[in-house]
Amino acid sequence: MAQYHQFDAIVVGAGGAGLMAALYASRSVNTAVISKLYPTRSHTGAAQGGISAALGNLEPDKWEWHAYDTVKGSDFLADQDAVDILCREAIDAVIDLEHMGLPFDRTPDGKISQRRFGGHTNNETKKPVMRACHAADRTGHMILQTLYQQCIKNNVKFFDEFQVIDVLVENNVCNGVVAVCLATGETHVFQAKATMIATGGFGKMWRISSNAHSLTGDLPAALLRRGLPLQDMEFYQFHPTGIYKMGILLSEAARGEGAVFINNKGERFMERYAPTMKDLASRDVCSRSIYQEVRAGNGIDGKDYVYLEFRPEVVNRYFQADGNPRRVDAAYMEKRLPDIIDFVRVYMGIDPITQPVPIQPTAHYAMGGIPTDLDTRVLADEKGTIVEGLYAAGEVACVSVHGANRLGTNSLVDLVVYGKRGGIRMAEYAKQASLRPVKQDAHKMGEAVLSAIRDNPGRERPSSLRRDLQTLMDQDVGVFRTGAGLEDAIDRIKALQERYKDIHIDDKGLQFNTDLMEAWELGCLLDLAEVTAFSALSRTESRGAHYREDFPNRDDQNFLKHSVVWKNGGLRVAYKPVRLGRYAPTERKY
Amino acid sequence: MIKVHLKIKRFNPEKDKKPWWGEYDVEVEPTDRVLDALHEVKWNIDGTLALRRSCAHGVCGSDAMRINGRNRLACHRLIRDEIQNGQITIEPLLGLRVIKDLIVDMEPFFAHYRSIMPYLVNDTDPGPRERLQSPEDRARFDDTTKCILCAACTTSCPSFWARGEYVGPAAIVQAHRFIFDSRDQGAAERLEVLGDSNGVWRCRTVFNCTEACPRGIEVTKAIGEVKQAIASGKVR
Ligand SMILES: Cc1cc2nc3c(=O)[nH]c(=O)nc-3n(C[C@H](O)[C@H](O)[C@H](O)COP(=O)(O)OP(=O)(O)OC[C@H]3O[C@@H](n4cnc5c(N)ncnc54)[C@H](O)[C@@H]3O)c2cc1C
Ligand code: FES
Repeated sequence: MAQYHQFDAIVVGAGGAGLMAALYASRSVNTAVISKLYPTRSHTGAAQGGISAALGNLEPDKWEWHAYDTVKGSDFLADQDAVDILCREAIDAVIDLEHMGLPFDRTPDGKISQRRFGGHTNNETKKPVMRACHAADRTGHMILQTLYQQCIKNNVKFFDEFQVIDVLVENNVCNGVVAVCLATGETHVFQAKATMIATGGFGKMWRISSNAHSLTGDLPAALLRRGLPLQDMEFYQFHPTGIYKMGILLSEAARGEGAVFINNKGERFMERYAPTMKDLASRDVCSRSIYQEVRAGNGIDGKDYVYLEFRPEVVNRYFQADGNPRRVDAAYMEKRLPDIIDFVRVYMGIDPITQPVPIQPTAHYAMGGIPTDLDTRVLADEKGTIVEGLYAAGEVACVSVHGANRLGTNSLVDLVVYGKRGGIRMAEYAKQASLRPVKQDAHKMGEAVLSAIRDNPGRERPSSLRRDLQTLMDQDVGVFRTGAGLEDAIDRIKALQERYKDIHIDDKGLQFNTDLMEAWELGCLLDLAEVTAFSALSRTESRGAHYREDFPNRDDQNFLKHSVVWKNGGLRVAYKPVRLGRYAPTERKY
Repeated sequence: MIKVHLKIKRFNPEKDKKPWWGEYDVEVEPTDRVLDALHEVKWNIDGTLALRRSCAHGVCGSDAMRINGRNRLACHRLIRDEIQNGQITIEPLLGLRVIKDLIVDMEPFFAHYRSIMPYLVNDTDPGPRERLQSPEDRARFDDTTKCILCAACTTSCPSFWARGEYVGPAAIVQAHRFIFDSRDQGAAERLEVLGDSNGVWRCRTVFNCTEACPRGIEVTKAIGEVKQAIASGKVR
């Protein structure tokens, strides 16, 4: 027995993208937000560094410069019309957040404060520009809190701790979703004219990851099972500075303040890999360089990590060597990087002011995801066929503004700009559409998958499969990839999918059966891992975050295009052209 | 690797009449989080153990619980800092109804949060650009913007244990964040809510909340400032 609900618009996910969409949609139509976590637990709250917008509060800036930097950062794979919207509308979106109450840090004259960030430049001088609007080291936390506050103010309806397990799409029309109420275990069918997916990333297919335990790609996997494709899945960003063995993120802000990478010979090795930008080169370049050092035997103690040095004397030594007049001291570092320093103290038990910090690249951000058009409408194929009534925004979506590599601070921009845009568009659509009937047994498919897991008398624990998946993804679908390694990875993922049929769980109950939901999430991760490895195998070039050792160069002749991959009845890839604009592809140097 | 004996207070509403102590031996690194040890139990010994968690590094507020008798985030405490004679004791938060194992009913907590109007109140037209605020005005409420609504403070408060209608420290912290924001105009209404019999005067300055806050917010100080604003009728 399922319970039924009807809304004009539903939003799945209560992070920055989902809340922004819900706020705007709820202004004109009856809207509900469905989230497996309490909204304030969403991973948007973990974002540290900032949100970029060419406000020009401290020095001249233009949204067109922001757009060029984004396109260059994307290794020319981003769609330039989508990037224009992102960077132009970023300005109003940030002002909008301030009006909602977001406590941005301030300039001496009371405006929103801005700071420098990797890859963001004044296009004329080529120097870094102050574009990242910030609230201490907690920008994401403040965005999430502010949007949730506004939702409370506007009486937005929430279904907290409801986990969506299926999307009701058939013949390219979406009629809503099926969810489990975690507290009771009951199935709920949400019938809606317009459905928005804003469920964030899926970085838990890797072991070393900056992502929350909950980021398991439930909805993209559900769409794959419903015969819809995912786009650009081979492009996954590995952030260079994760805490060793844990993957907890240490923001780029550390290197912005002068921190440097050091190998076991005491060398500042980035000088060899990116002579101009050095330690502030783009994330893909830094992550590759770290592992190149490790392979050359230059990891610390011969292991798979290097040091991030923010001891003031070391930072100052390199400032001096660079002819930079800046100097820092312990008090300054404590003030500028409080959260990061706290993470290092709590989780590593070392003091970054007096000791070097062991770091390694950490799985961080999905550039790929659910393909959408500029109005966040979900696309069913490479030709642009629209799935009626279905929308996606935020990290889960691929519009595509980040292409092959995302710039720091641009995800938060993406959430608010496309979240808002999607909310407005879905409301416009819902106002003129009518509620389509859902079948009596609409919930059966999702329910069947769950009961199969619950009742399975198999031999394996899901946790051992998850560990094996994460280990193989770290090894073969990480920073460096080869054709042979990817083929092997796909075989091993398929073997894991077989083993998955032989799992058992301990909890047979209904209420808060997290044992069951975790096992189900593992099934989603396995499917997404397979699609990721397959997309990576299909792209025989290197671009942005996707690096093929057997094809080390970018190949615009053959691969200036987006991949679109299906998984129903075997894996299949198609391609669609990148929408270029003002900026012709050139070689990317830092 | 070291051996840890975990004593976890268990309760499954579908099976148990009353709570019981589950005892588990796990092997973990001393530098692992308490959350990792709980996962060790859940993933390898007893999958029925229920808890909330997400970010695993102290920023989402999901996993507040009583660890060795004190309110802590399980992901923000390391084994070596909590282990006592080879053992760690873990219970759900006090003062909120236990639903299952370490999961408590957060609804009353969020209802208190909603009661203090936790949003900027300002209906004047801001114009096309940002409202201005000096760095000093911004600093005035910085500490209370850090709150992650984990409930560690509220559920450590004897006044809240005694009377669930008391709005509790977290809601006051959230109110403080707006009352002292120079852009906000809702202070009078909030102070009225907080001045009533279930408001700030229930605070007996026990300081449990400040000790419990994983974000290092000076909770008792913030409550004191709100009391003062009510007493003096002035916020700035
Ligand atoms: C540590 C860290 C630091 C970062 N720093 C920055 C930064 O400084 N600047 C920047 O621009 N970007 C940053 N990023 C990236 C950025 O924070 C994320 O990409 C972004 O917050 C994702 O937001 P979202 O709204 O798409 O999803 P999320 O905030 O992840 O929210 C996902 C939502 O979906 C819900 N959900 C998921 N599955 C289901 C389901 N099955 N049923 C129901 N609900 C579901 C969850 O409950 C949650 O509410 C950072 C990321 C990390 C990990
Ligand atoms: S899991 Fe997020 S605070 Fe502990």
